[in-house]
Amino acid sequence: MTPIQSVLPAITPVLPEIVLSVGALLLVLYGAWRGERSSEGVNVGALILLIFTFFLVVSQTGNVTTLNGAFIADPFARVMKALILIGSAATILLSRDYFQRERIDRFEYPILIVLCTVGMLVMASANDLISLYLGLELQSLAAYVIAAFHRDDVKSTEAGLKYFVLGALSSGMLLYGASLVYGFTGTVSFPGIVTALNGPSSFGIVLGIVFVAAGVAFKLAAVPFHMWTPDVYEGSPTPVTAFFGSAPKVAAMAMTVRVFIGAFPDVTAVWQQIIVFVSIASMALGSFAAIGQRNIKRLMAYSSIGNVGYALIGLAAGSEEGVRGVIIYMVIYLAMTLGAFAVLLSLRRKDKMFETIEDLSGLSRTHPWLAFCLAAMMFSLAGIPPLAGFFAKFYVFAAAIKAGLVTLAVVGVVTSVVGAFYYLRLVKVMYFDEAKAPYERIPPGSAIVLGVSSAVVVLFFLVPAPLVAAAGDAAKALF
Amino acid sequence: MLGLGILSGLLIVPLAGAAFILTLGEETAAVKRNARWAALITTIVTFLLSLAAWARYDIASPSFQLVESHAWLAETIRFKLGVDGFSMPLILLTTFLMPFCIGASWLSVESRVKEYFVAFLVLETTMIGVFCALDLVLFYLFFEAGLIPMFLIIGIWGGKRRIYASFKFFLYTLLGSVLMLLAIMAMYWEAGTTDIPTLLQHRFPVGLQWWLWLAFFASFAVKMPMWPVHTWLPDAHVEAPTAGSVILAGILLKMGGYGFIRISLPMLPDASAAFAPLVFALSVIAIIFTSLTAMMQTDIKKLIAYSSVAHMGFVTLGLFTLNEQGIQGALFLMISHGIVSGALFLCVGVVYDRMHTREIAAYGGLVKRMPLYAAAMMVFTMANVGLPGTSGFVGEFLAMMGAFRANPTVAFFSVFGIILSAGYALWLYARVIYGKLDKPNLQGILDLDSREKIIIAPLVALTIWYGVHPAPVLDTFAPSTEALMQNMRAALANTQAAEAAAKAAKLAAAEKMAGPESQKTVEAAAR
Repeated sequence: MTPIQSVLPAITPVLPEIVLSVGALLLVLYGAWRGERSSEGVNVGALILLIFTFFLVVSQTGNVTTLNGAFIADPFARVMKALILIGSAATILLSRDYFQRERIDRFEYPILIVLCTVGMLVMASANDLISLYLGLELQSLAAYVIAAFHRDDVKSTEAGLKYFVLGALSSGMLLYGASLVYGFTGTVSFPGIVTALNGPSSFGIVLGIVFVAAGVAFKLAAVPFHMWTPDVYEGSPTPVTAFFGSAPKVAAMAMTVRVFIGAFPDVTAVWQQIIVFVSIASMALGSFAAIGQRNIKRLMAYSSIGNVGYALIGLAAGSEEGVRGVIIYMVIYLAMTLGAFAVLLSLRRKDKMFETIEDLSGLSRTHPWLAFCLAAMMFSLAGIPPLAGFFAKFYVFAAAIKAGLVTLAVVGVVTSVVGAFYYLRLVKVMYFDEAKAPYERIPPGSAIVLGVSSAVVVLFFLVPAPLVAAAGDAAKALF
Repeated sequence: MLGLGILSGLLIVPLAGAAFILTLGEETAAVKRNARWAALITTIVTFLLSLAAWARYDIASPSFQLVESHAWLAETIRFKLGVDGFSMPLILLTTFLMPFCIGASWLSVESRVKEYFVAFLVLETTMIGVFCALDLVLFYLFFEAGLIPMFLIIGIWGGKRRIYASFKFFLYTLLGSVLMLLAIMAMYWEAGTTDIPTLLQHRFPVGLQWWLWLAFFASFAVKMPMWPVHTWLPDAHVEAPTAGSVILAGILLKMGGYGFIRISLPMLPDASAAFAPLVFALSVIAIIFTSLTAMMQTDIKKLIAYSSVAHMGFVTLGLFTLNEQGIQGALFLMISHGIVSGALFLCVGVVYDRMHTREIAAYGGLVKRMPLYAAAMMVFTMANVGLPGTSGFVGEFLAMMGAFRANPTVAFFSVFGIILSAGYALWLYARVIYGKLDKPNLQGILDLDSREKIIIAPLVALTIWYGVHPAPVLDTFAPSTEALMQNMRAALANTQAAEAAAKAAKLAAAEKMAGPESQKTVEAAAR
């Protein structure tokens, strides 16, 4: 071992984050140099950067910790990172046309997405409370800015402000919880906390876990920390909403799983009841509150709250099967969300976007394929087989049944029937109601995203084994 | 061919037909015609393929045949297909009825013809899938997937209250089914697999059986439908287009009965025996109550819908008698009802296409203008009543014979169902077919045209044929029924023996413990 190697930590596991960060800086330079004309190039550059990083992540193997144990690259992190990168890349594809037509296509937007992605990757790989917080803040700060990216629009700026104020509050709570945990265990690293907690748990630890749970629940938009979601979803530019619904959700879920399974595996009983409550409350609110919504973006906000509730069922089980269920759920959720927003982004007529449910009226007559894809997304979100959403629910419910959480599972399936009601209403509007004037052609970026996500949702049942196996491997890494 | 067997073929052919129809272009007259023909040819090919499967099927064996198994979710959750004596006739019934449905929609569906036939073909795949799935997850997948095309069929091509009816249909059935999903998972963790043949051999603990049985019951009772969760059916039937009603009554309702015979009875024998009185009570209420309700209907389709619920009461009654006659009768009734009620809905479709009303009061004296139609309707009405010589008689008679062996009181009450069914069916016939032909718009009504003759004639023939010669169907059911009964008896005897042994052990232990125990209590009292 040469002296240099012993002083410098191994950087190969962190390579994806480094590549993305350096790439983002180069894109900033390019943008500053070329000015407003650079937005096209920065977009393409960001997309290539994300795709390159995706392959970098996928090509990594093994289970290593580095940076003095602050950073871990294991199969779980890799699966989550791959999903995050897919979500971010898809967002850039979805955004281009929208931002051009709204005349807000500045070069900062793709760079902010890339920086946000760096934060999310760190969240997925964080192995102590400090790196977790760093990743979270990098992600959040970029997200606050892009929520308000339509800066001349009142709703967009309002969304950004709301998101920022409440987000800062939740970061504070998370930090407070982390400091309590540190105070009572004397360490911030997850393996260290596990060793320190090997005994009777004190009240301070419980308090710390509660605050950490509150912080992550906010990032996940889980009840009771969901209030910001509908407003932020509605106010943000639609591609940004699609982004919030996809990649950051995956990152937040990765972080949640990592904290609870990685740092507090021996005090499962303490956090399990919190997660069960949050899960039930999210599913119930997500399904009942969505019934009255007219705006599709708000509807998707409530839908995402409900979906987080279902994914948390897997975490509540606290087992390997449960984590596998969470991973499968997030993969399929990502496809469904991106697909639904790709359709929403195609509802444009004479430079005006449409986003209420009534605007979908008779879509099956004017745009049969668009309607077919959205209907597939809706049936899938409702959990109807053979669409992918069924398998997502199947694995989390199966884990809950195995863990003996029968009440949770029963509440889950019943709320999913309630949820089916409002998903079906979209299908009803598209297929049973009278047609309106046709919309413009679907933008190419949206078409790609919609095509891929529809294929995943509709055809998943033919070859489910690879994903199930990959998720199983990833889950095994945590136990 | 790709390692796929004939049963996979039955699933793929309708889907391929649907895919072909989807590729047809804008809806012009030529495209509509092509879509119709493509759908008809697809369903006929599927029927021929199912006959080929039937030819390879060994009627004397009770085991699963034509089995094929492909890798799917996991080693223990496979894409496994196969048929036995319970499922083969239902598959044949499905593939047999489909061409009639396509024929019945030939002219009556004018808008969105392409989508209509696509929905029907996808529905056919899911129905066949339910009957040939040999894995519980796969069974659930097909069981639920059928909701999507049926929801669209009712909602797009249905009558005035189609949206209400389609939502009610979807949500009712979904709520029942999700509980079944949880039960399937519980079975998976208990037995380590969802493979149906393996689960048939697995003995579940009695306590768990009760919960599992109730969860499956929630699903199958809604699908059946049993009283009091039958209310979605009249709405769905009335609003669905003719072919949709035929499929609903002919096949979708049979899925509940099939579920009972495939899962509840053989896998959960102790719970089935324990809950049989509950099923008897609900069945008898269904038979009497819905027959009375049927009498009060003013809408022809609604009347037939309520009569379906009553007949399904006989099916559940027969299944839970837990003896050969009852089960055979219930199964036969499922096939017979599939043909007869399907045919009745087709007959209603014939006059509906002409007059665009289903009100009984709008008709009368049709026999004068439509003698052929009156004759066909007569056969189906009689079969619905259960007249000897028609297929309806055999099933109901056997089911009641089984019921009499199991519980004479129940049999006594269920006989009223037959009397009442004669009441409503004959009354309907009298009001629609007989009487004076005094309504002005009925004066010009035409008898069956050649397309309708082709559709109705085979059904008439089959109704009478199975009435006088039910053996082919009953013989197919027989080996599987026998195997099922043997298994159930063994399981029940086993549980009883285990209970008796446990009781004896408890007594012995209590006696042994009595010595030190009493001493302890004395000591405690002294302190």
